[in-house]
Amino acid sequence: MITQKPIFYAGLLALIIVLPFLFPTYGVQLAAMWLMIIVAMTWDMTGGQMGYNSLGNIFFYGTGMYVAALVFIGFSHDIGQYTDASGGGSFQFTDAQYFTGLFLGLIAAGFFCAVSAVVIGMLIFGLRGPYFAIGTLAVAIAAGELVSNWDWVGGGQGIALPIYPGDIDVGKKFFYFMFAGLGVSVFIFLKWLYTTRFGAAINAIRDDEEKAEAMGIHTMWYKLTTWAISAFFVGIAGGLSAFQLIHFEPLESAYQTINLGIFMVVCVLLGGKGTLWGPVIGAIVFHLFKEITWAYLLGWQWVALGGLIVVTVVYFQDGFMGWLKHQKPEWFGIRVEDSSTGKAGTAE
Amino acid sequence: MTKIIEVSNVSKSYGGVIANKDVSLSVKKGTITGLIGPNGSGKTTLFNSIVGYHPIDSGSIKFENNEISNLQVQEIARLGMLRTFQQTRIYGEMNCVENMLISLPHRKMSWRDRFASNTKTDYERADHLLEFVGLYEKRFLRSGSLSFGQQKLLEFAMALMNEPTVLLLDEPTAGINPTLINGLIDRLKRANTEFGITLFIIEHNMRVIMNMADTIYCLAHGEMLASGTPDEIQNNQNVVDAYLGAH
Amino acid sequence: MNQIFSNISLLFEFPVVNISILLEGLMIGSLFALSAYGLALVWGVMNVKNLAQGDFVVAGGYVSWFFSQYGMHPLFGVPLAFVIMWGIGWVIYKTVISRVIERDLFTSLLATFGLAIMMAQLMNLMFGSDTQSIKLEFETLYFFDDFVSIPIAKLIGVIMALSLAAAVITFMKTSRMGQAIRATAQDARAARVMGIDTEKIYAFTFSLNSAICGAAGAIIVMVWLIQPFYGITYSIRAFVIVTAAGLGNLPGVIAAGLGIGALEQYGSHIFGIGYQQAIAVLLLLFVLFIRLLQQRRSRQALR
Repeated sequence: MITQKPIFYAGLLALIIVLPFLFPTYGVQLAAMWLMIIVAMTWDMTGGQMGYNSLGNIFFYGTGMYVAALVFIGFSHDIGQYTDASGGGSFQFTDAQYFTGLFLGLIAAGFFCAVSAVVIGMLIFGLRGPYFAIGTLAVAIAAGELVSNWDWVGGGQGIALPIYPGDIDVGKKFFYFMFAGLGVSVFIFLKWLYTTRFGAAINAIRDDEEKAEAMGIHTMWYKLTTWAISAFFVGIAGGLSAFQLIHFEPLESAYQTINLGIFMVVCVLLGGKGTLWGPVIGAIVFHLFKEITWAYLLGWQWVALGGLIVVTVVYFQDGFMGWLKHQKPEWFGIRVEDSSTGKAGTAE
Repeated sequence: MTKIIEVSNVSKSYGGVIANKDVSLSVKKGTITGLIGPNGSGKTTLFNSIVGYHPIDSGSIKFENNEISNLQVQEIARLGMLRTFQQTRIYGEMNCVENMLISLPHRKMSWRDRFASNTKTDYERADHLLEFVGLYEKRFLRSGSLSFGQQKLLEFAMALMNEPTVLLLDEPTAGINPTLINGLIDRLKRANTEFGITLFIIEHNMRVIMNMADTIYCLAHGEMLASGTPDEIQNNQNVVDAYLGAH
Repeated sequence: MNQIFSNISLLFEFPVVNISILLEGLMIGSLFALSAYGLALVWGVMNVKNLAQGDFVVAGGYVSWFFSQYGMHPLFGVPLAFVIMWGIGWVIYKTVISRVIERDLFTSLLATFGLAIMMAQLMNLMFGSDTQSIKLEFETLYFFDDFVSIPIAKLIGVIMALSLAAAVITFMKTSRMGQAIRATAQDARAARVMGIDTEKIYAFTFSLNSAICGAAGAIIVMVWLIQPFYGITYSIRAFVIVTAAGLGNLPGVIAAGLGIGALEQYGSHIFGIGYQQAIAVLLLLFVLFIRLLQQRRSRQALR
C-alpha cells in the first residue's frame, strides 16, 4: 500500500488535469465540486480536527465574494457609481484590468477573511459546543441581513461582475483550474499541517480542551489561527465564485446559510469528521448525489436535503472514514492488541 | 529555601457552603509538601483555587512572588505550575506516545516551533518517560483502553513531559494497585530529586504521604488544622481526632 | 443616517409614540416568551437544543390559517393548532429526536437544523411563499388622540397567550406528570431508578413544546404575519431569551421575552423594518457576549 502511494497521487493529479477535457460540458459543475471539496476540508479543520462545530463558515464565503468583487471594481472604477448602475452601461474592463483586479481581489478576500476570523473569534471562541454553533450561525445571518441593507455594496440586488474576457470554454476551464489549484493546495497544506505539533495541539483541544488548558497549551491562539487559515481559503474560494457566477446577491448566493453553509457540514459528516480524506470523499459523493438527483425532485429537492441532513446526522454520523476506521483500524495505525514488539519511532 | 507557592488567608464558599476559610500555607522550592484531611475538608477546592479553576472570595495566592489568583487556568499552567486530576484526564482516543508528545511544554515554543514536526529528541524523551512510569510496553495502545491506574501513571508522565517547576497531584495513589504503590512513591521521589520538580500532593494514604513529604498540612472543615513534619503531624492529637471523627 | 436621527428625535418629540411602540413590543414579546418557554423546557429536560422551534411556531400558524380558509373561526385555530402540533411533535420525537438525545449536543442541533429546513420547505411547497394572515372582525381601540391604537384582536391574542402560559405553568407545578418532568430534568437516571418512564416523559415534553409553539403560531397568524421562512428568526429569538434568562428561570424568560419584543420594535422603528431580522440576530450575539464576560469573570467558559 505504501509503495503505491506516489503512483496513486500521480494518477490522481493526472485525472484532475484531464477531467475538464473529458467532460467539457460539465466545466461549471466540476468547478462547483471543487468548491464543495474546499469548503468541506476547511470546515473540517475547526469542526473535525478541533471540535468547534461552526455553522457560520459561510460568512467567510460571502465576505470573500464581496471583498473580491469590491476590490476588483475599485481597482478600475468608482464602487458607488458602479453599484448604482448595477454594473450596466458604461463600465468596461480591459483584459489587464480584469486579471489584475481578479488576483488582487482574491488575495484581499483571503486576508480580509482571515483577519475577520481573528476578530470574530476573539469575541466568540469563549463559547463552547452548541453555543459556538449558534453564535457562528448568528454571525452569518446577521452579515447577510446587514449587507442586504447596505446600498453602497448593491443592497439586496447584489453585484454584477463582467463575464470572463475571451472564449466561454476557456473561461470555464480557467475557473475549473483556479478552483482545482486552490483545492489541491488546501489538501497538500492540510496533509502537512496535521502531521505537525499544530495538528496535535488542535486535536488535543478537540479531545479535552480543559486538559489542554491545564497543560498550558495556548488554546486561544490555536483556535484563532486555525479559524483564520480556514477563513483564508474559504474567502479565496468565495472570491472565485463571485467571478464565476458573474452576479450574486446577499441572502441567496453570498451568505447562503441554509444552502452551502449547511452542505459543507453534511459533506464532512458523510465522509467522516476529523480525517484528511473524509471531507474530500464526502464532498464528491454529496455533489454527485445532488447533481444527479436534483433535477428529478421537482421542487422537493430542499425537503430532500433537510431529510438527508437528518438521516446523515441520526444514522451515519461517523461517515465513510469512520466506518472504515472501525472495520480496518490497522490502516489508520491504531493498535488494538498488546504490542510489546513495536519499535520506537514508528508512530506517525 | 524560597517559598514557591504562598497561599495567604484564602476563603472560598459555594453558595452557603464554606469550602475554605482563611487558609494559609506555603510550599518551599524543591520540596515535597503534603496536604491531608478528611473527606470534604476542602483540599481539592484549595487545589482548584491555586490553579485557577474558580475565583477565590478573598485572600491572595502567589507563585514565585507573583499574584496569580486572578489569572486563567492556562496562564497559570504556562508559568510552570501543573496539576493532575483526581479523575484522570488524558486524551483517550490517542495512544500513549501521542499523549506524551502533545504534552510538550508549549510555553517554551516560539510560533515557528508550533508548526514544526516533533523531533527525534521529543520521541526519545516520550519513550524515556513512559519507561520511567512503566508504560513503555503499552505505548502504542489507545490510552483510553488502559486501566485506571495506568491512566494515572500516563497522566503523571505527561505532566513530567511538560517540564513543570511545580506539580500539584490530586490523590496520585487512589485507584492504583497496592503492589505498585511502592514503585510510585519511588518515582515521585525521583521526579523530585532527579528532575528538580517541587511536588504538592493531596493524599489519603497516610503511609504514602508520611514516607514522602517534607512538610504536611492538614485541613479539616475548610480550616487549617495543623502543619509540620510527618512526625509532628502523626503525634498531633487534633489531626488524630479529625480523622477519627472525635470532637 | 439622517433617517435614523429623525426617527430617534421623533421618539422625543412625541412621547406617546413610545407608548405605542412599547405596547406593540410587549404584546409580541409575550408570544416570544411562550415559544422560549417551550425551548427551555425541552432544553432542560432532555438537553436538546431545538433549532426547529420557530418552524413549529410557523407551522401552527399555517394550521390555523389553513382551516380558517374553510370557514372555521380563527379563535378555534388556537386549540386546533395545539392538538395538531402535539401530534406532529410526537411523530418528530419518535422518528428523530429520540435517536439523538443520548448523543453529543451538536448532533441534536444539526438534526433539528435539518428538520427546520425540511419543515420550512414543506410549508413553502404546500402553502406558497407569500406572507399570510387572518383578518379578525374586531374593532380597534384608540388612545392619546389616535396616536396609540390597540386592535382588540391583538388584545385577545395576548390574553390567550397569557392564559395558555398560566395553564402550562400550573400543569407543571401541580400535576403528577409535571412533577415527573421536573424530576427527569434534574436527574434522568435517578428518575429512571425511581420508576419513571423517562422515554414517555421525553415524548410528552417534546410534544408539549411543539403544541405550545403551535398555539403561539396560531395567535401570531391572527395579529401579525407568517411566512414559511420566518421560522429561523423565531428560533433565534427563543435562543436569545433562554440564553439571557437561563434554564429553569420562569420569571426571567417572561421578562426577557417582553424585553426582546420591545427592543425589536424600537430597533425597527429607528433603523427601519428591513433590519428586523438583523436586530433579532444581533441581540443573540450581544446576549451571548454578555454571558461570556460573566463566565470569564468566574474563570469559566460558556458551554
